[in-house]
Amino acid sequence: MADEALFLLLHNEMVSGVYKSAEQGEVENGRCITKLENMGFRVGQGLIERFTKDTARFKDELDIMKFICKDFWTTVFKKQIDNLRTNHQGIYVLQDNKFRLLTQMSAGKQYLEHASKYLAFTCGLIRGGLSNLGIKSIVTAEVSSMPACKFQGTMQKGVTDTPNKMFRWILCHRNGRLRRLTKPNIILKT
Amino acid sequence: MAVCIAVIAKENYPLYIRSTPTENELKFHYMVHTSLDVVDEKISAMGKALVDQRELYLGLLYPTEDYKVYGYVTNSKVKFVMVVDSSNTALRDNEIRSMFRKLHNSYTDVMCNPFYNPGDRIQSRWALLPVSASSPGGPYFLCPIQSRWALLPVSVSSPGGPYFLCPIQSRWALLLCPIQSSRAFDNMVTSMMIQVC
Repeated sequence: MADEALFLLLHNEMVSGVYKSAEQGEVENGRCITKLENMGFRVGQGLIERFTKDTARFKDELDIMKFICKDFWTTVFKKQIDNLRTNHQGIYVLQDNKFRLLTQMSAGKQYLEHASKYLAFTCGLIRGGLSNLGIKSIVTAEVSSMPACKFQGTMQKGVTDTPNKMFRWILCHRNGRLRRLTKPNIILKT
Repeated sequence: MAVCIAVIAKENYPLYIRSTPTENELKFHYMVHTSLDVVDEKISAMGKALVDQRELYLGLLYPTEDYKVYGYVTNSKVKFVMVVDSSNTALRDNEIRSMFRKLHNSYTDVMCNPFYNPGDRIQSRWALLPVSASSPGGPYFLCPIQSRWALLPVSVSSPGGPYFLCPIQSRWALLLCPIQSSRAFDNMVTSMMIQVC
């Protein structure tokens, strides 16, 4: 299928393009990696909107992570995540033993120092997808031996959406006073 | 025929709200605002209910004496609220569902538009002006020319029915196909509102 190769080549050119157009000092302080990650973030938001259009509503965080590991990864990289680990406290580790964007690079320890550039976009992709589903997170990647890599996601506590009751102030026109009603079951009379 | 359609972000502020301007618009804004409570209730109730009831379509939220309000929540917690005229009893549940599906598809396309920042208001270049609100055929809508796109009549029906002028697709929009611009989103919403029963 040609589209796999297209994305791979586009991604490689994107990384080299960002580094070529980097100003002085940007390569050292990691600004290029941030740019790539932000690109991935925006793409992730749009992709998730498209992929969750037809799926049922998610039960909880674990359900969302499973969706990312199976459906999302399959649609983007044509394979599933090989291993998902969690400590149930908000830290998830996704392990991919043969990461598509790294397979062409090396099969061991060669070029290990350059691997982080090529993982930044995917980190942003995961972070964008989670953010659109309502989970604020920080995603990092580590590689010990190419092409296997691990993505670690840390969910930020307290920012997942809890249903907060907003009380709507409804003007009761009979006596003209503001009354607080939680259920709008009055008939609005004009 | 829907009288008001609103797209509400997950932080509960409106991204896009449009009502037929023949009546008091504020009333519809208010109705949509109050319906958000009901949407929140339904979502939280569904969380405790069984797994099999995990649809995105929420159904009738609450009826008032003139209007009925329907809701739909996406997986990214964006809410669509639609206010329909109660006198239009021919509108069935399936039709409302299909209207929401179309709205969802258009919203997804807006999201994928690289020039759209998520969280911004969904802008449209054209404001709809009611030319004649009290004619027997219903409200007439005119889109003022604000750009270099030409106006092309899409549906010119009998003198009694609504007249709708739609802009021609520009080359620029075609290049970005299938990413739709928010103009197309706007058109889709408008066509839903002027659907002749």
